[in-house]
Amino acid sequence: MSRVHGYGRVETGRTLTFTFDGRTYTGHPGDTLASALLANGVHLVGSSVKLGRPHGISAAWTEDATALVQIERPFPEPMLQATTVELVDGLVARGLRGQGRLASLADPARYDRQHTHTDTLVIGAGPAGLLAALAAARAGEDVVLVDDRSCAGGALTGTEVVDGRPALEFVADVVEELARLGVRHLQRTTAFGQYDDGFVLALQRRTDHLGAAAPAHRGRQRVHRIRALKVVVATGAQERPIVFADNDRPGIMLAASARDYLHRYGVLAGREVVVFTSDDAAYAAALDLAGAGSEVTLLDVRDAPPREWAARAADAGVAVHASAVVTGTEGEQRVRAVLARTVDGGIRLPADLLLVSGGWNPVVHLFSHARGALAYDPELGSFRPTSSLPGVTAIGAANGTLDLAGVLRDGAGPDAPVAGPEPARTPTGIVWRTEGDPDRQFVDIQRDATVTDIGRAVGAGLRSVEHVKRYTTIGTAHDQGKTSGVLASGITAELLGARIEDLGTTTYRPPYTPVAFAALAGRSRGELFDPVRTTPLHEWHVAAGAVFEDVGQWKRPRYYPRPGEDMDTAVLRECAATRSGVGILDGSTLGKIDVQGPDAGVLLDRLYTNMMSTLKVGRVRYGVLCGNDGMVLDDGTVLRIDEHRYLLTTTTGGAATVLDWMEEWLQTEWPELRVHLTSVTEQWSVFPVVGPRSREVVGEVFADLDVGNDAFPFMAWRDTTLDGVPVRVARISFSGELAYEVNVCSWYAPALWTRLLAAGQRHGITPYGTETMHVLRAEKGYPIIGQDTDGTVSPQDLGMSWVVSKKKDDFVGKRSFSRPENHNPLRKQFVSLLPVDGRTRLPEGSQIVELCDDGLPEPPVPMLGHVTSSYHSAELARPFALALVKNGRARIGELVDVPVDGALVRALIGDTVLVDPEGARRDG
Amino acid sequence: MNDVTTAPGADLPEHPDFLWRNPEPKKNYDVVIIGGGGHGLATAHYLAKNHGITNVAVLEKGWLAGGNMARNTTLIRSNYLWDESAAIYEHALKLWEGLEDDLGYPILFSQRGVLNLAHTEQDIRDSVRRVEANKLNGIDAEWLGPDEVKRICPIINTSGDIRYPVRGATYQPRAGIAKHDYVAWGFARRVDEAGVDLIQDCEVTGFTVDGDRVTGVRTSRGDIGCGTVALCAAGHTSVLLDELGVRTPLQSHPLQALVSELLEPVHPTIVMSNAVHVYVSQAHKGELVMGAGVDSYNGYGQRGAFHIIERQMAAAVELFPVFARAHLLRSWAGIVDVTPDASPIVGHTPYENVFVNAGWGTGGFKATPGLGWCFAHTIAHGQPHPYVAPFSLDRFTTGALVDEHGAAAVAH
Ligand SMILES: Cc1cc2nc3c(=O)[nH]c(=O)nc-3n(C[C@H](O)[C@H](O)[C@H](O)COP(=O)(O)OP(=O)(O)OC[C@H]3O[C@@H](n4cnc5c(N)ncnc54)[C@H](O)[C@@H]3O)c2cc1C
Repeated sequence: MSRVHGYGRVETGRTLTFTFDGRTYTGHPGDTLASALLANGVHLVGSSVKLGRPHGISAAWTEDATALVQIERPFPEPMLQATTVELVDGLVARGLRGQGRLASLADPARYDRQHTHTDTLVIGAGPAGLLAALAAARAGEDVVLVDDRSCAGGALTGTEVVDGRPALEFVADVVEELARLGVRHLQRTTAFGQYDDGFVLALQRRTDHLGAAAPAHRGRQRVHRIRALKVVVATGAQERPIVFADNDRPGIMLAASARDYLHRYGVLAGREVVVFTSDDAAYAAALDLAGAGSEVTLLDVRDAPPREWAARAADAGVAVHASAVVTGTEGEQRVRAVLARTVDGGIRLPADLLLVSGGWNPVVHLFSHARGALAYDPELGSFRPTSSLPGVTAIGAANGTLDLAGVLRDGAGPDAPVAGPEPARTPTGIVWRTEGDPDRQFVDIQRDATVTDIGRAVGAGLRSVEHVKRYTTIGTAHDQGKTSGVLASGITAELLGARIEDLGTTTYRPPYTPVAFAALAGRSRGELFDPVRTTPLHEWHVAAGAVFEDVGQWKRPRYYPRPGEDMDTAVLRECAATRSGVGILDGSTLGKIDVQGPDAGVLLDRLYTNMMSTLKVGRVRYGVLCGNDGMVLDDGTVLRIDEHRYLLTTTTGGAATVLDWMEEWLQTEWPELRVHLTSVTEQWSVFPVVGPRSREVVGEVFADLDVGNDAFPFMAWRDTTLDGVPVRVARISFSGELAYEVNVCSWYAPALWTRLLAAGQRHGITPYGTETMHVLRAEKGYPIIGQDTDGTVSPQDLGMSWVVSKKKDDFVGKRSFSRPENHNPLRKQFVSLLPVDGRTRLPEGSQIVELCDDGLPEPPVPMLGHVTSSYHSAELARPFALALVKNGRARIGELVDVPVDGALVRALIGDTVLVDPEGARRDG
Repeated sequence: MNDVTTAPGADLPEHPDFLWRNPEPKKNYDVVIIGGGGHGLATAHYLAKNHGITNVAVLEKGWLAGGNMARNTTLIRSNYLWDESAAIYEHALKLWEGLEDDLGYPILFSQRGVLNLAHTEQDIRDSVRRVEANKLNGIDAEWLGPDEVKRICPIINTSGDIRYPVRGATYQPRAGIAKHDYVAWGFARRVDEAGVDLIQDCEVTGFTVDGDRVTGVRTSRGDIGCGTVALCAAGHTSVLLDELGVRTPLQSHPLQALVSELLEPVHPTIVMSNAVHVYVSQAHKGELVMGAGVDSYNGYGQRGAFHIIERQMAAAVELFPVFARAHLLRSWAGIVDVTPDASPIVGHTPYENVFVNAGWGTGGFKATPGLGWCFAHTIAHGQPHPYVAPFSLDRFTTGALVDEHGAAAVAH
């Protein structure tokens, strides 16, 4: 065991059991899978994707590039970093090579999403972030503080001193004060993306670390959608490795990470340690490990090692070699020896742990997501924020400040707490790689991509880091180049003889760390994927045995089968009952828009193809809306309610589109018009009462209403009341039959529906669904926009030139009607098709071709159009279809062929109106 | 730990040791192609290969093929509704089928088929219509019921307990995916070999004009004279044509895509659903590659809004419950140039020697070789190739639109 007494913050009093690669181990609460493995002396975790080289644990947190694992229990999860998996009892995991595995079962966990608005969001609870949050909170701001680790403190190991106290006591005090000031402080919460205007997404891990103790009601993960006036990026810095031959072996690790393992988890990652550095920070790691009992040798690239540190090292018995570089390593499953070149020549140092530090890369991802500019800082040997991004600041190590005193000042200004004395930092030696076999110098360890690969890319003619990345695949693996990105730029620059400043880095893109799909889906799954809309009568429909159809977001009754009926028989019955007696439909899903204001008529005149402003109060007019291209967008009826008020209806599926369309014109083109639009779809319920007996039913229910043709003509509406409840009735017919559309406030819909049914009972009133509605309208040749049209059909194509005003100066789509193509005689026109055999129902969507007496010729076969609607008709006692056919109206009476399942079905082109062409029925 | 010696799908074929020279621009070229994306490069390839025209420069403002060519989700199919579209995309698909040999480059063209799901009655009508049209145009297409969908892609939830159950799908077996960089670099290497100059970091900022002819382009690397200009600048085409006073009905929108980590193979085909707005394939290395519709606002920012990604993830998990714990690894966006009828604009401009190719919107990758072939023909003959003739700029005045926006059409 590598656990050292007196170190670490794991709960050694409790033991957790876990399984890795089939073997059982123990660890403690507070461990990560990686720290627990190291504690058990396990360095070998997985293997590399291409070459199958053994891989170990190369860091302690999200910058780790090698220790990828598959979780099998408690629930399969592909490809996680062992360094970020918190240990729980019963965890089962295995090392990965290349690909993770998805569960074959559905994930039982719940995920959700929360919106948060705040004055200041601080990302990162290291010393800089804590102090920035504190300053903002003390100034009375509303503050949110998020941090991805399990507790606050950031890179503080606990050995530092702040204001004369151990650093972690200082952290605890700040955390306590933040809580008192009401700061929303979330640990285990990773800000993973920053978008414009202070919009930050953060993922909170809420249950995994609790294991079996997680409360059942708690969602596993939550996405916080945070909107902040000010965003403070205090995300720290990640250590940068140096590339040398065989730098990918288990037991090779970033220097600060080894320190983290020691102080956070009490784990000594090696006993015989070589530290290879070009930066001062690694001396602290060397000294701490030596203090914990390791034997440590330090190789510093620089000719002049930092004097103060070197002296401390000497005191601690750590040998320091200046001007020394690692040139290779030995050991298969774990590093066994380090090969180096020192001023005295080549040496071989036996080792079970090799720590590396090439300086620091500020974690600029979130700054860069929002397009904050980065520039190369030659002192850092890395990229850091340059420009200020409105509302966003980077502080502390994220901004390149590497000394604790400076970091504290970044967070709290001149009155910052005082850091204990530390040796002054000396310049980092900027080294991307050492000498040695470039074939074995891994730049992106996960992708087995080497210096040789970069050399080949450059030799192939590539000059951009983006090209090099794609050629070599560097930076495309699970870690998205956290440690390899800057190195790849540096080495490419070196090989090209260019300046890294001119080359830049590849772009950082969200997410900062991987996020489960399900977390992003949140609660928008199943029923809530797109919340179901139902009408107030839904329960009644269910009780009546309706079969439902999805129309837009709505569930609509498609038909109401009686015992033993299939759809066809049910629909034939519903159709016949309606045409011969009376039927009733729940039409409440119809889109309804209340248009009010002195310019309401002007707006409608500009949008509809026909004139609406001349409509009289109390009357109804059918209208068509076209797009700019003159193609039909939607249709519906318009009721004039009073001088400045209209109520318009849209198709069920088109309601939102039409409202958006109208608002777009109103807001962007004609803001001067004094009109307001309000969706009232759900406020009004609508029941068309249809058929020759409808007058009797409606007349009986609304005793105050004169339902005769003279007092209440076709295309008029009347207000009445029933038991004091206002009701609006309109004479509109979508079936050709006498019909009354009864509108009522949705609150009263079930009551009114029941009254209408009761009154209709002796007339045999039959509730019908959308399918019957479709058949009845098709028999009359009324198109359904979106079914009989597809965005390429003009009103003229539909045979509705009468709906296009010749008088109006202009309206949307008018200009397009004069284009030559709109007068092309070969345009497709709306017609009916009668299968000659009188039996075949043509499948909707079928294509139509010229008669082929010798069967279908070889492709390409010219197409004349297609079948848009097709039904059995009770009235006609035969199947019929509607279709769009080239030059169709001129071809009425001609025959065409329709390929169906490999055979040809002959059909006769006819006029669209097949039932009651004289229109005799609409007045009863 | 796994002890297999090669991880499945982990490895991609190596790129060749040499790709292209980085020449200084010459004073003059017979043809200057603006935009070094897939279309610009393919056009240069077929100019050289089919027409022997090699005194050509491809001018690219950034790094070669770093625009949409580097960002797309590589779906290739030809099951388009309208005859005009089917003809050009099917021409392209046939070229894809021989492209690896033509380019001598492993482009990883994998014909794994595409399922376009239907969830509503109207989806079914539209699907049948498209399948029937495809068959009559000689394009492989089938209508499949939910059970057959499940057989081809077992991880799709075809049960009734999802919000919009899968009612069936159209299937084009010859559809597939390829590796976009490999395609671009394959073309680039070939055209470089043919003597074409690929000039990067060379932004065209304006034109020199003589009457209704353009005599040269102004660039960030100096003025370059030219006999013919071929615009292949995708989302920036309208900006360039503005310089010439030519208005084009193009709107540039962000279009986003994303990938997961590498996963063991679970998804053998390509699945697209317009109704729930997502499409997914599993690429060669094992990552899930997905996209959805465009962001609705206009922009040149090459990044989109996050709610689009969230919506798309919801749709993905809804259709593929096993994706729940796959992880989003990286998301990005390109700028796509969308026309009012969602079909491209290819052919003449009011300038005699300026030809335009733009407006491929969310679906131009699949056209790459077909467009290159036809655009090269157009440039060489001064007349549109028959396959691109329907896509003239003047169709917006004549009204002869090829409306792929319509109900029956599918994006990408
Ligand atoms: C996220 C996403 C997913 C997609 N998925 C698919 C898909 O699955 N299937 C499919 O078929 N299509 C898809 N597409 C669409 C496809 O990528 C494009 O239609 C196609 O790539 C466009 O052609 P191109 O390759 O020439 O464009 P680009 O690669 O964008 O090339 C245009 C080039 O012009 C350059 N340029 C612009 N202005 C200038 C100037 N002034 N001077 C010099 N150079 C200039 C640009 O830098 C760019 O390199 C997708 C697009 C995106 C963004």
